[in-house]
Amino acid sequence: MSINIEDLSYTYSNGGPFEKIALHDINININDGEFIGIIGHTGSGKSTLIQHLNGILKPTKGRVIINGIDTKQRDLKELRRQVGIVFQYPEHQLFEDTVKKDISFGLQKLGLEEEEIQQRVISALHSVGLDESLLEKSPFELSGGQKRRVAIAGVVAMMPKILVLDEPTAGLDPKGRDEIFGYIKKLHADYNMTIILVSHSMEDIAKLAQRVIVMNQGTVFMDKRSQEVYTQPEELEKIGLSAPQITYLMKKLKTIMPDINENIFTVGAAVDELRKHLRS
Amino acid sequence: MIRDITIGQYIPGDSLIHKSDPRTKIILTFLMMIFIFLVNTYWGYLFLSIFTALTIVSADIPFKFVLKGIKPILFIVIFAGVINMFTIGGTPIFELGFLKMTYEGVDTAIKMSIRLFLLIISASLLTYTTTPIALTDGIEKLMGPLKKIKVPVHEIAMMMTIALRFIPTLLEETDKIIKAQSSRGADFDSGNMIQRAKSFIPVLIPLFISAFRRADELATAMEARCYRGSEGRTRMKQLSFTKYDFIISVITVAFIVWVMVMQSMVW
Repeated sequence: MSINIEDLSYTYSNGGPFEKIALHDINININDGEFIGIIGHTGSGKSTLIQHLNGILKPTKGRVIINGIDTKQRDLKELRRQVGIVFQYPEHQLFEDTVKKDISFGLQKLGLEEEEIQQRVISALHSVGLDESLLEKSPFELSGGQKRRVAIAGVVAMMPKILVLDEPTAGLDPKGRDEIFGYIKKLHADYNMTIILVSHSMEDIAKLAQRVIVMNQGTVFMDKRSQEVYTQPEELEKIGLSAPQITYLMKKLKTIMPDINENIFTVGAAVDELRKHLRS
Repeated sequence: MIRDITIGQYIPGDSLIHKSDPRTKIILTFLMMIFIFLVNTYWGYLFLSIFTALTIVSADIPFKFVLKGIKPILFIVIFAGVINMFTIGGTPIFELGFLKMTYEGVDTAIKMSIRLFLLIISASLLTYTTTPIALTDGIEKLMGPLKKIKVPVHEIAMMMTIALRFIPTLLEETDKIIKAQSSRGADFDSGNMIQRAKSFIPVLIPLFISAFRRADELATAMEARCYRGSEGRTRMKQLSFTKYDFIISVITVAFIVWVMVMQSMVW
């Protein structure tokens, strides 16, 4: 039970005048329950890669196997039940006249019973921090952050084994961002969902992901445990990315406080480390 | 998938045709289209096809691309051709019950298909080699005289520019929404006609909402930059005829005259 991506290459408008190689020889294996961060510049192939996970795009070369299902096959129902993708700005896909109907859209397609749908809608709503009072409201009356959460709930309600989120916090304020990340973390912990989080913020990825895949120009530039990626900021800088800002600060502080641990990637950890150091 | 539509797309290039003035290209395209209807001999069609092919080559447009562009109309052409074959009276080739295929019918069907293909190709050549902005600029200039009789030429041209500008954006948006909804389990390919039409509701509603949102934002942005219609408006890029326009006009007109003369005297 896992994700196997073997020699995956993908070319947009293959053979046409606007042919563009988006992915080149990607090999990635992801186990159940992992929390993966995918990071890279615009155009590095992140979005193209995740669209292969539920068969929206089919490999030009190579293959993608999700829990034993090859994404090249025709019937994608089961695959899409197992892999939920939250695209960028998911609130743009809302269409029903009530929040409840919108969240249950996917569940209706699964052919579940009314009672079960009701239950799942409510638990999905809770899992993104909204309450039942919104159920009968129109999604278009909600605030931007609420719309975003309703859209995420629509995917979470399907109870996918693998949840993929493409920049889920783009355009939200810091509070809204932290809340959404909190709920994603909880989903990972409570249901042992495999989470794949695409972002270009190193800070966010450092806070959440256990393993980081760095994409660059359609290839996997790095695929390592979180801590290892950030201990070599020089490598990241080569492709124009950088380690979290706090890491640079800790490296600077190390020059005046030689005993502190410089391999720190989140503000929280830095606070703990400095407190420890100052007390001793 | 939906991005495969090539009609109306601009292909950047540096050819003689790309560099010509849009007004010249619009007029010549119209001339060619009228001319296509005047030709009625197979020799004429042969030379017309060669001429079109040479135009495609000189404009540096890949043939593959042109073929992809005519694919969507292939069905209509074949359908019309078959109807022609059986409905036009004349010397029968064979009869099958009430169906009667005639020599005249086949002749008309072939000519009509060639005409349709040439029409589509020459019209697409115009858009392949001209940016939408240049195209509407050209149309606005050409329709300029109509301003005298109170036709809102500038407004029409601006509407066309905006419409053309948003075709790719809306296509991209549609693509994105289809992807998002099919990830949520929407199914667009099965069921009968009514079910299928219904299955597009989750795509159409978000698409309309975003189109209106974009229109709103664009209107605000235009007003913020003090746009207020054509009155006193100048342009950054002035259109001007150059030697390129002279060359392509001479070639095209010479070809048309030559074919017309040959058609009436030799073929």
